[in-house]
Amino acid sequence: MKKDLLKFLFFAVAVMLVPYALEGGYLMNVTVFVGIHTILAVALNLLLGYAGQISLGHAGFFGLGAYTSGVLTATYGWNPWLVMGGASVAIGLIAFVIGFPILKLKGHYLAMATLGLGIIIYIIFNETIDITGGPSGLPGIPYLQIGDVVFDSDLKNYYLVWGITLIVMLLAVNLANSRIGRALRAIHDSEVAARVLGVNARLLKVQIFALSAGICSIAGSLYAHTMTFISPASFGFNFSVELLTMVVIGGLGSVYGSFLGAALLTMLPEFLRFMHDYDIVFYGLLLMLMIMFMPGGLVRGIPDLVRKAAGRKGGA
Amino acid sequence: MQIDQLLQYTLSGLSTGAIYALIGIGFSIIYNSTGIINFAQGEFVMFGGMLTIFFLNVMQLPLWAAIPSAIAVATVAGILFERLAIRPLRHATPINLVIITIGGSILLRGVAMLLWGKDTHAVPPFTGEDPISIGGATILPQHLWILAITVVIILVNKFYFYHTISGKAMRACSYNPRAAGLVGIDVRRMVLFSFMISSALGSLAGIIVAPLTMTAYDVGIMLGLKGFCAAIIGGMSSGMATVIGGLILGILESLGAGLVSSGYKDAIAFIILLLILFIRPQGLFGKAETERV
Repeated sequence: MKKDLLKFLFFAVAVMLVPYALEGGYLMNVTVFVGIHTILAVALNLLLGYAGQISLGHAGFFGLGAYTSGVLTATYGWNPWLVMGGASVAIGLIAFVIGFPILKLKGHYLAMATLGLGIIIYIIFNETIDITGGPSGLPGIPYLQIGDVVFDSDLKNYYLVWGITLIVMLLAVNLANSRIGRALRAIHDSEVAARVLGVNARLLKVQIFALSAGICSIAGSLYAHTMTFISPASFGFNFSVELLTMVVIGGLGSVYGSFLGAALLTMLPEFLRFMHDYDIVFYGLLLMLMIMFMPGGLVRGIPDLVRKAAGRKGGA
Repeated sequence: MQIDQLLQYTLSGLSTGAIYALIGIGFSIIYNSTGIINFAQGEFVMFGGMLTIFFLNVMQLPLWAAIPSAIAVATVAGILFERLAIRPLRHATPINLVIITIGGSILLRGVAMLLWGKDTHAVPPFTGEDPISIGGATILPQHLWILAITVVIILVNKFYFYHTISGKAMRACSYNPRAAGLVGIDVRRMVLFSFMISSALGSLAGIIVAPLTMTAYDVGIMLGLKGFCAAIIGGMSSGMATVIGGLILGILESLGAGLVSSGYKDAIAFIILLLILFIRPQGLFGKAETERV
């Protein structure tokens, strides 16, 4: 898939050049979050866009990663990199185990079960005050460090976060083009047909769920170390919905779409500052309108619009 | 552990359970007529309470007039929701339907926040606040109101679905919409009806619980989810099974909060939800269904 690789290289170069265009400043900080949100959106998209399985609990896995990193490094002084890797594997395994009963469910039931799971995790963050600090949060999480380089500025964090984001995106692109990707799309279209053709649908769904959760955990660790402070409010039901919105707006099944969705939803509040808390109304409306008028998301919707506009001109 | 304490928890659990049951029936009615789980159901519960406060405080209506007005407005909101969001998408995939009702619920919650702010409000109790003692436990008159209204609703519900033409038509749609259409039932109108009934039921539940728990723009999420829990336990039936599901949930939650920890009260409902979905997705009383491909 030469074309895909070329596309990815273009994207990677563009990402590396962004800091020069911004020349530091406030937006730099926002772009770090675009990176973290892109990781999360890509992870959810693997599950939702490729395998067609919804999750309304992904903020929970994100939070588990953040809290594992936060607690083990801030309270117990463990090595942040080891914790990040270990947490990702452990949370992936947990997701693998609970994935079997959860992914047996379909459609609305799956949505409700994952939602319930997310809320249970959120309640645990709030109630285990001795460990997590409860609703008032967990401060004092150290910055990440390689040798003498401490990732304590927005610029350094930008390269750190985006380096990992690009790896995750490349992985997702490759996965989509692989045998597994094709099997997942088959499950998406018809699980029964996929199984008839010899795809182990049940195992594959659970595996992708576990992978998705593991990636979310890495994003969580990155979030904890760049923010140095976390509180349960960042990992609630609303954030799960925001992630879902990113994936849907960007385009189901498209890695670059996830980036677009993440970028749009992360930058938008900065420009909608005048709306204060009311931006949530806007999200709801956006979500509904996108499903109604552009169910393929921005990556498919915009080219369609352009084509239509061009067609109309050509016809006249 | 003292018996009167247990009695106390059970009694207060019964009245919250009744609320969950009413919300759960709303979920089931829509699910049975459309196959949609309406994630916005909880917002109509919130609208019930908030609209009552609006009619009481802003419009200066007496309580007996404010309540029907609130239900009427919430029902109109339900009709609009069906017309504007659900009907245009009749052939969407289940995931898209989930997403659109979630979008709808965020929007409705946002609108409530825009209109009435983020403060918590209290609806006055329907009849006084003098506690009544029953065998060592005390309950408020509002608890009795909740139980009485729930019983009335269950009876009306039963009558509607089994003894009126329109109710029978709705049941026909839930068994097989296509066949119902062939014998001359207007299936789309029945879908609209189901949204009307469930938003009315939801708002009523929100109104009768508001004097006990206070209300705010964001109470809909939790109440809605627990109503769904009740419906799942009842196997998505719009009758007694869901009512029993709601009561079981309410009592377990109240006992759990009292005996284990009140912080984990909400977690209890969701653990029950997950267990039921894992072990008996067809509900406690239902038979397993096979999926048609």
